[in-house]
Amino acid sequence: MAVDLPENVVVSKLDSLANWCRKNSLWPMPFATACCGIELMATGASRHDLARFGAEVFRFSPRQCDLMIVAGRVVMKMLPVLQRIWQQMPEPKWCISMGACASTGGVFDTYCVVQGIDRFLPVDMYVPGCPPRPEQLIQSIIDLQDQIQQGGTLSGREFQTRARQQPKRALIELPIVSVPHATSRPPQGTMLRS
Amino acid sequence: MPLHPASTLDELVHADDHEYLWTLNFGPQHPATHTTLRLVLKLEGERVVDALPDIGYLHSGFEKIGESLNYNQYVTVTDRMNYISPLANNVAWHGAVEKLLGLEITPRCKYIRTIIAELSRISDHLLCNGAAGLDVGAFTFFLYAFNQREVLYDIFETLCGARFTNSYTRVGGLMYDMTPLVIEKIRAFLKNLPATLDDMDRLLNRNRIFVDRTKGVGVLTRAQAVSSSASGPIARASGVTRDLRKDDPYLAYAELDFNVCCATAGDSYTRYLVRMAEMRESLRIVAQALDKLPDGPVNVPIRERTALPDKRSVYSTIEGTISHFELTMANRGFDVPNEEAYAAIEAPNGELGFYIVGDGSDVAYRARCRPPSFIHFALFPQLIRGHTLSDIVAVLGSLNIIAAELDR
Amino acid sequence: MGCEPLIDPHTIATLNSAFAGLKTSEFRGEARVIVPRELIYPVLTALRDKLAFDFLSDITCVDYLNYRGAEDRFGLVYLLASTGTNERLNLRVFLNEPDLSVRSAVPLWEGANWMEREVWDMFGIRFEGHPDLRRILLPDEFTAFPLRKDYPLQGRGERHNFPVLHRATS
Repeated sequence: MAVDLPENVVVSKLDSLANWCRKNSLWPMPFATACCGIELMATGASRHDLARFGAEVFRFSPRQCDLMIVAGRVVMKMLPVLQRIWQQMPEPKWCISMGACASTGGVFDTYCVVQGIDRFLPVDMYVPGCPPRPEQLIQSIIDLQDQIQQGGTLSGREFQTRARQQPKRALIELPIVSVPHATSRPPQGTMLRS
Repeated sequence: MPLHPASTLDELVHADDHEYLWTLNFGPQHPATHTTLRLVLKLEGERVVDALPDIGYLHSGFEKIGESLNYNQYVTVTDRMNYISPLANNVAWHGAVEKLLGLEITPRCKYIRTIIAELSRISDHLLCNGAAGLDVGAFTFFLYAFNQREVLYDIFETLCGARFTNSYTRVGGLMYDMTPLVIEKIRAFLKNLPATLDDMDRLLNRNRIFVDRTKGVGVLTRAQAVSSSASGPIARASGVTRDLRKDDPYLAYAELDFNVCCATAGDSYTRYLVRMAEMRESLRIVAQALDKLPDGPVNVPIRERTALPDKRSVYSTIEGTISHFELTMANRGFDVPNEEAYAAIEAPNGELGFYIVGDGSDVAYRARCRPPSFIHFALFPQLIRGHTLSDIVAVLGSLNIIAAELDR
Repeated sequence: MGCEPLIDPHTIATLNSAFAGLKTSEFRGEARVIVPRELIYPVLTALRDKLAFDFLSDITCVDYLNYRGAEDRFGLVYLLASTGTNERLNLRVFLNEPDLSVRSAVPLWEGANWMEREVWDMFGIRFEGHPDLRRILLPDEFTAFPLRKDYPLQGRGERHNFPVLHRATS
């Protein structure tokens, strides 16, 4: 529900009302690819019930959702699918990057895993963990709800700020370092770092 | 059926001499695909004429990572393969490494690994059947299964700190020993699970809708199962009586008494029943293993120089200090022969094996995972031809395809 | 996974008498047979039909580029098992560039279809007679063979070659 208003009209109380409505009815679009998907299912199951926070239905159709939770690693074959689903979601929409793999690539610094979906999509909330506990995911949804309440507008103008439009500062593409595979004993515990 | 089976995507999509057929894309983002897999379907109304699977949407380079992490680090990556029974993957990986090294683990370690392998089998089957029920429409069944899985997560967390993705095994032993609190929790779980399994049986076993949707759907004959390398509950539901726990006993299975659950019908309903029966057998195995659990150390002795010694020996004996030094300092580690070995276990999904090529250092030269889900998904086209669109979901649910193991 | 031998000596004896040029060895109870490239299809056929090895466990490949003491570049591995007698056998075929091709085992076992596609995808070994040899795990546009030892773990920039989406500015 985005209303077209001229710039010199302030709708503060209506903003709060709109924010309150939107934050308490965030319908998640679960983009579950891997292990974090199981924790997402566990968060929606009966012990840690996500429906208490307004995320009542996990609609699998992007046209009916406003919160995309990317749970799991995204590989280069899947990224165009993810982007298309993001584009299919109507505004206002938010994105939670759940888990280490979606946020930065996690354990998988390999030739096929995207090192963080925020390189290619705008992300609002990151949840660390491998996988994050259900309580962490619920905390991230509560934090997102606070963010919506404090900064949201009726017309969705908060998405057009400079901070939201530009890619993050830290995302300068790092050079690919190819570490030669030693034939004799490599140092114990070598983990390739870029 | 009018068309001969298509083997390439082009053939499937451009078979335009049959204009009444239409192409439908199923996945990779779909509620009923168990995470990311894609099917391109050729449909005649609601009837599936052909299906072409397209995978690789979760290919993360696991086998390449195996060439840069050492044997104790790679166990964290094996957790992320079949992530609904990660302890079974850990047991399989370290079983293969220990076979390559020729290392004999202690009896207590064997029994504990048996117990955790069977608990992860229960966890896997609960989720597989739960998700199969959910896809067919039984939401309460799914929640019953998930509630019991939360109890299992509690047990795993008390055991090693993580709900799943445990990385509990190490070369030559385990991360921590099993404490009496864990044993108490497992016994409580064993007492409570049969009641839930009975509830779940009452919900679906004779439920008209479930039986109609799964009986006779996705029939796999015995000859097809053997020729397509199917293993685990899928093969056993089709009459292949192969179970590595009995045929090629490993860990403590030779000393435990249990039955292997087989059937002959080979359809989705039978696979569901075989998994429910296997859960009950696993409860029996865990109960026996807990009763027979031997005392003693859980890691191999210090002279083997593979498992980290406990701090008391490190500080008070010279062998402990030397062993600790050898294992933790850079450019050292344990000796691995310049050879190749393959070892497989009966994972909940089927035969899960690792083919490891060692090159002298403690980093594998090649770590190949033999993934049961990958091999079972190749069966899918032959199972679904001739059935309707709604049967796709029932068959997929019964095959237990885990995308991370499918794509690695 | 026990270290007791998993193979009947009679099987090895039959194989050796039927085919010349096979080298057999044993390690940790596992029987390994090195088969020359031209003989692999007849050996597999004989194993399946006459010696009841009806279960193909896996087909995989190893790149011996940096391996100490290796003479050939690629080693193709066939892991066979018998559902009747529970034996296991490990067959190896060594291949070198430029002729990295082997006859496909798909006519013998249907399960070999996807296993061979994966070996093609990851290593670039052609299987002649395979009905549909194309990439299975990587996108079709991918040009390299990643599990070869001369391909770096982090790739050559293919993973980040995508457009960036921002928030809509309408």
